[in-house]
Amino acid sequence: MALILEQILNGLQFGVMLFLLAAGLTLVFGIMGVINLAHGSLYMIGAFAAALTVAETGSWWLGLLAGIAAAAAAGMLIELLALRRLYARDHLDQVLATFGLILFCNQGMIIAFGRQPLFVELPAAFQGAVEVIPGVPYPSFRLLIIAVGLAVALGLWWLIARTRIGMLVRAGATHREMVRALGVDIRLLYTLVFGLGALLAGLAGVMAGPVYNVQVGMGEQILILTFVVVVIGGIGSVRGAFFGALLVGMTQTLLTAFLPGLLRGLMPASEADALGAALSSMGVYVLMAAVLLWRPRGLFPAHA
Amino acid sequence: MSSTVIGRRALLSTAAALPLAAPAFAQGAPLRIGMITTLSGPGGYLGQDIRDGFALAIEMEQGRLGGVPVAVTVEDDGLRPPQGKQIAERFLRNERIRLFTGVVFSNVLGAVAPEVLDADAIYVSANAGPSNFAGRECHRNYFVVSWQNDNLHESAGQLANNLGYQRMVILAPNYQAGRDALAGFRRLFRGQVLQELYTRLDQTDYAAEMAQIRAARPDAVFQFHPGGLGIAFLRQYAQAGLLASIPQCVAAPSMDSTILSAVGDAAEGINLSSHWNSDFDNEASRRFVAAFRQRYNRIPTYYAQQGYDTALAIGAALRATRGDVSPAAFRPAMLRADFVSTRGRFRFGPNQHPIQDWYALKVERVGGQLALVTKGKILEDHGDAYAAQCRL
Repeated sequence: MALILEQILNGLQFGVMLFLLAAGLTLVFGIMGVINLAHGSLYMIGAFAAALTVAETGSWWLGLLAGIAAAAAAGMLIELLALRRLYARDHLDQVLATFGLILFCNQGMIIAFGRQPLFVELPAAFQGAVEVIPGVPYPSFRLLIIAVGLAVALGLWWLIARTRIGMLVRAGATHREMVRALGVDIRLLYTLVFGLGALLAGLAGVMAGPVYNVQVGMGEQILILTFVVVVIGGIGSVRGAFFGALLVGMTQTLLTAFLPGLLRGLMPASEADALGAALSSMGVYVLMAAVLLWRPRGLFPAHA
Repeated sequence: MSSTVIGRRALLSTAAALPLAAPAFAQGAPLRIGMITTLSGPGGYLGQDIRDGFALAIEMEQGRLGGVPVAVTVEDDGLRPPQGKQIAERFLRNERIRLFTGVVFSNVLGAVAPEVLDADAIYVSANAGPSNFAGRECHRNYFVVSWQNDNLHESAGQLANNLGYQRMVILAPNYQAGRDALAGFRRLFRGQVLQELYTRLDQTDYAAEMAQIRAARPDAVFQFHPGGLGIAFLRQYAQAGLLASIPQCVAAPSMDSTILSAVGDAAEGINLSSHWNSDFDNEASRRFVAAFRQRYNRIPTYYAQQGYDTALAIGAALRATRGDVSPAAFRPAMLRADFVSTRGRFRFGPNQHPIQDWYALKVERVGGQLALVTKGKILEDHGDAYAAQCRL
């Protein structure tokens, strides 16, 4: 029983991590209509800035600030220099350009910092483990990730549903031309939204740093799952991204954890382990296909 | 939109970086060597070290190997088999290269090697040694200087016996080398394998596996996660509080010196097996480590050592053939393995894979710094399990 609870907690934590990445991606796509493959690069920039700052100053919290700031700044710079020219073009051009940005960012990081992975220390206050479930010490940093993710979800909900900027964002997502006709500086709005998306990617990078590895190419590893989340949730919907991320995180974790065990009842152990591993890595994509059959535009379509 | 890291057309001619290589051109074009390796993504430092070790050997001989002027053309396969295959095709057809090396990952080698061998060119492996090319599908033009994949893990299995572990959980990513790893570990391990867990090659979060391991309560854990995967795995293992209660006994790829510096204190006390370590006390190894540290300002991983040894092995063959790389001349010269390996004793077995010794290593504190320390020999004159199936 404790094992099941622990795995549910793991699924929640992985889902929340995916949400941090997916929220930015879906915002940018929903409002600006841009497919930004370079989202993973912003995640990497956040993680690197944090890792280097922590190594330099010894303070994890300064690293957090640096990571978020660097990713947001890089995001807005990319928007100003490159993406602005792409809004009117079709998705293929955007994919090509942002793919180019991935190559550019990765090679730039290799030139600047090399291929060796960086070491990031856990913040001093979160180095231990907490027994949230009796008998199972759970790393407190992973609890922090869950808390941060839920706080971001709440914050985004408040921002989008309750503030004037959020109102413009919602309006921009559904009636872009009308918002412009009403005299809103849509270009500034776009830059801000892109910056916000980048900031969230940077935050994800900072939180991922001490747990995963900080290395060139780290963004592309997780980007594919992030796209799955966005598609399941409904492209452009932050609420969809939240539930999609939890669904994907939970599915992935629980299948990996329990499918081989269930199959062991049916076949020899080594075959069950191999088959279970293969099925659980397909699980998320099967889930995506099933959701799309049931709701072709995702769970919470933004432009319904 | 699977793996989105595409290899750049990073044609890096190492010869261009060598000032003393220039006179070689005056005596005719240098011998071209094609290096297809992984330079991008989380496996990027593996290929970088192989490349740098290989280049160092050439540099130390002033742009030559075995007295023959050489030029190395390096390209990044991005850990994608189709891309490796394309590069091999281009090297063969357009650039007329006849001698290949460098592939890091077994799945890439599975695409590259047939391409090279079908064209009757030569492949000398500096890392991957998958089981399929060691047995029935062994080939006259295919040499492995590093090891057969299973060897790494057989030696870890023997090490687990030596350390007295009875009940173990074993994990590896679900791909050719991962399956070879678990099979290899089981071959010599005499205890009980409680659970065999397969991870994914693109996995970042191992929390689910950590919970499984905790629940199984093994004596120790064996895991094979090369490069960036290993860093994430070990870190999360330590953060889950497992390292204190369940020790790890692994093979060299899961704990190289780069992983060690990225994982930090958490790695102290881990036991591993390897065919070489940077503290080896022989003339060739000391010379290599000193030169590498001076040239690149970092401790060489065993990948760098393999790149270096591969260059030495090729150099010995080229010296005997005076630069002839036609298989008829090159093969007998190569098989003599007439070079002083940094690992000490080395010779080729009947399937042209190494027969060598394996050592126990441990992560310990040396003068305040964590380092890999050699503790003793595990296996002597160890060949591989597939040699008997090879008819050459």
